[in-house]
Amino acid sequence: MIAVDIELVQGAFTLSAAFSLDARAAALFGPSGAGKTTILDAIAGLRTPRRGSIAIDGRVLYSSGAPVNLPPHQRHVGYVPQDVALFPHMNVRKNLLYGNHPPSRVPPRGESFPSPDLDRVLSMLEIGALVDRRVTDLSGGERQRVALGRALMSGPSLLLLDEPLAAVDVPLRRRILPYLRRVRDEMRVPILYVSHDRGEIDELADHVVCLESGRVTGVDSVPIDAPATDRRRSGGQE
Amino acid sequence: MDVWRITWFTVLCATAATLIVLPFGVGLAWLLARRRFPGRTIVETLVSLPLVMPPVATGLILLVLLSRRGVVGGWLERLGIEIVFTWKAVVIAMAIMGLPLLVRTARAGFEQVHARYEDVAATLGARPLRVFLTISLPLAWPSVLGGAVLAFARALGEFGATIVVAGSIPGVTRTLAVGIYSDAETGRDAEALTLLLISVGIAFVALWAANRLVERRPV
Repeated sequence: MIAVDIELVQGAFTLSAAFSLDARAAALFGPSGAGKTTILDAIAGLRTPRRGSIAIDGRVLYSSGAPVNLPPHQRHVGYVPQDVALFPHMNVRKNLLYGNHPPSRVPPRGESFPSPDLDRVLSMLEIGALVDRRVTDLSGGERQRVALGRALMSGPSLLLLDEPLAAVDVPLRRRILPYLRRVRDEMRVPILYVSHDRGEIDELADHVVCLESGRVTGVDSVPIDAPATDRRRSGGQE
Repeated sequence: MDVWRITWFTVLCATAATLIVLPFGVGLAWLLARRRFPGRTIVETLVSLPLVMPPVATGLILLVLLSRRGVVGGWLERLGIEIVFTWKAVVIAMAIMGLPLLVRTARAGFEQVHARYEDVAATLGARPLRVFLTISLPLAWPSVLGGAVLAFARALGEFGATIVVAGSIPGVTRTLAVGIYSDAETGRDAEALTLLLISVGIAFVALWAANRLVERRPV
């Protein structure tokens, strides 16, 4: 369960968004400037709201009333920004294992966030052959999958993806979607992602939060009905 | 021949000054590049001041502070530490004069590091210190190193502040720059010319190295 109720001021722009979702994959949908990325930043702890609260499965990340404001490194939220931001001075393996670092992962209040097995993530995202490559040598689709794997390896309780399909062209998009579905279905990590493409939402999301000029204009649930044959056929061709 | 002695002493002092100033300078550069805090502009101005002030004036300030009757010097004397007119004064003068070059160059390097890398590292569970050591510093490394070399080169040529706070005592505080002046003043032209050529040689190599490092585009 993702519960967000925040007010955030950013220059002349005011975001005032409240939604509560029990979703496997939810999309933040709306035109650019609607405040979608700002919501992801607030959940990840990269921007602080003026007031409100953010909780994942009952774990409070931010609350202006309490007050609670966990720093990003204690939130256990995986974030893949739009430009994926793979660390350019590390190879693929070091990128993947960056968040898989025990000393900084002291779980608060006895909670534990088990990191998944590297081999499992490698095979699910089909990036096993890339582990010793430099990240600067990867294709667009490979970069996306490595960034996804890096976020998963930190054992997140929620995955935030900023326009995971915007940076790639249409044929590549068809090849990345199956991996996102696998993360959704096999890893059981809920996904909240930003999109401005209705077609993309139908392919992945079970809930949609519609945003416009910093306000929520509607929350819909959509059935996940991508045909199984399509999933098998388009998976793992890259 | 004490040409080599003077050269060795100068290089040693400049190296010490660079190493002392490095942790402060890098910390300061990062703060100025990444944090907004009250008095930021004041700090920025103070750090750059030695760059534009007459070095002799900087030396005089140091002399007033560090002499036995000065605020810092009086306190240090009680601990049995004497600064003025010793090699320590040479190192301090060099450090102060090199600091602005290090901070300005390293700061530009930190500013060129895409903040998204640091953000993502934090969401992956890295504490601020780990983010700095594993992301910010390695990515800004060419500029940090370039800044350190520039500070070293500036330290080698330091004259104005050194002569006021450390003097020109042969075998004790005489550096290349001060030596050139002393030799030229006393008509020892051949010696002055030798020291001059050594100075130019070292400065050229250091600057060339710094330019190579800073020009390397960050990823």
